[in-house]
Amino acid sequence: MMERLTGAERQIALMICVVMAIVGLVMAAAGHGDPMGSHGAIVLIAAGITTLFVLRAIGEPEPAEDRTVNYYDDPTKAGLVIALFWAVVGMGMGVWVAAQLAWPDLRFDAAWSSFGRIRPVHTSGVIFGFGGNALIATSYHVMQRTSRARLAGHVSPWFVLLGFNLFCIVAASGYLMGVTQSKEYAEPEWYADIWLVIVWVTYFVLYIRTLARRNEPHIYVANWYYLAFILVMAMLHIVNNLAVPASFTAAKSYSAFSGVQDAMTQWWYGHNAVAFFLTAGFLGMLYYFLPKRAERPIYSYRLSILSFWGIVFFYIWVGSHHLHYTALPQWVQTLGMTFSVMLLVPSWASAGNALMTLNGAWHKVRDDATLRFMMVAAVFYGLSTFEGSFMAVRAVNSLSHYTDWTVGHVHAGAMGWVALITFGSIYSVVPLLWKRETMYSWKLVEWHFWLALAGTVIYVFAMWNSGIIQGLMWRTYTDSGTLAYSFTDTLVAMHPYYVARACGGALFLTGAILAAYNVYMTIRHAPEKRPERDYPTSSKAAEPAVPAAE
Amino acid sequence: MDLTHELTSTVAKSFGLFYLIALSVGITVYAYWPSLGKRFEKAANSILDDEDGPCR
Repeated sequence: MMERLTGAERQIALMICVVMAIVGLVMAAAGHGDPMGSHGAIVLIAAGITTLFVLRAIGEPEPAEDRTVNYYDDPTKAGLVIALFWAVVGMGMGVWVAAQLAWPDLRFDAAWSSFGRIRPVHTSGVIFGFGGNALIATSYHVMQRTSRARLAGHVSPWFVLLGFNLFCIVAASGYLMGVTQSKEYAEPEWYADIWLVIVWVTYFVLYIRTLARRNEPHIYVANWYYLAFILVMAMLHIVNNLAVPASFTAAKSYSAFSGVQDAMTQWWYGHNAVAFFLTAGFLGMLYYFLPKRAERPIYSYRLSILSFWGIVFFYIWVGSHHLHYTALPQWVQTLGMTFSVMLLVPSWASAGNALMTLNGAWHKVRDDATLRFMMVAAVFYGLSTFEGSFMAVRAVNSLSHYTDWTVGHVHAGAMGWVALITFGSIYSVVPLLWKRETMYSWKLVEWHFWLALAGTVIYVFAMWNSGIIQGLMWRTYTDSGTLAYSFTDTLVAMHPYYVARACGGALFLTGAILAAYNVYMTIRHAPEKRPERDYPTSSKAAEPAVPAAE
Repeated sequence: MDLTHELTSTVAKSFGLFYLIALSVGITVYAYWPSLGKRFEKAANSILDDEDGPCR
């Protein structure tokens, strides 16, 4: 892992590890008796493990490769494997949460396993663990290829990847201990938030420095999306997490905002996390991997520019549609609603652009499950952005809000769009990075595709039914003007759909486990692809891993 | 000057409107500027063959 770092780079890595270990030790000592102390111990252990990796490489000879002729793909490879690990953990947690809603006994009466604690482990696990690692890994891949330049630095990509995962581990373990600042998708407390800012700024600087080295006159559109993702997430994260710690030796903090300002700031963050984490970043993936896999350039590059700016400048205003019928001023609600409806135009422009790219390659979509993953992802992107604009309309929202319809909508986006485009990208990039001929088993890719699609459809239909029944029951009055149904009546009506939802999620999880197995077997057992060259190469790194004579 | 509801909504309804219109006109002009067509086409095709290694 660290063998490709020069001696000086290994020393820098070691210094970072030592500083991290000291930080962990101070946190553990100062926060003794508080969850912060346990987090200190986790930081210390993480720093220790990383130190061992660096120390194992520190005495090795310097790398012999010529750095000017190869892309630096080691962090990408690690990121993809870590993303698949989080996929299995995060989706597994999701199935457990879903099963708890159908069969509450599955909590097993522990404090840490209550719905309120494992639900954020599921959401953060899939959004940040799976999605975030996949975004970081593919962004390293895409920024190098589209710039025709190697990553600007060899320590900082590792710092970003491992630092981000440390944040994810601190977040998930904190939820289980009951640490939360009660902001959806921004639950981790102040010290985790500060750490993420350091990691994220490093990520931004790395991206800009790599682009600055580029050898192409124009920055390919995928990079614009990745950059929007990095830059806007930094902005959202910093503002929404402004808080005053109750004590520097404990986890608890108080938000800088209160009342309706707090709600507005939270949903400005929350919806833009959907916009810039779960949409912009993954559109970057789509604009690179779909044309690449279909072997056709994007249908309209000009349209991709228009939809980029449309998405970026409309999305930032839509957050207030989460606060219809609240204390938020009516005109702010209407503003959010209007921008949500307008957002349909650039969203469908992107989805349509992706599907039109496939014109002339539909036979490949039929034969190649990897491309089919990306095609179905584009379809679900179109469907869920339409649904989102529709649900943001105040009258529709009065029925859908606080019901399972919202949950179904989120999962149409997260499973149908985000996860499918990610799996498609992983299947197309893994054989390339590990220099394999193909994936270990194309049959498993097919299985995964149909399991994922069936799981998503079952999940979304179950939640549509459940949500609309729930919403209608809540607003049904008797002739005497009282509510017709008690809250418990709605739960009884929703139970069959909760069982169906857990089954749909289990199918999706099974697909993710097959993906993790298939990628593992590709790395370990798939036949190596020999580069076809009729000339001698100058670089040792470009040679096959094992010389032919051995 | 107080940051009142009146003031913020007036700014949103006037400046906010015009800057978004100016922005969309600017972006459309950029995206459809005729002489940039070749550059965009080259960029769109550039990703199809990019595995031969970096230039630097």
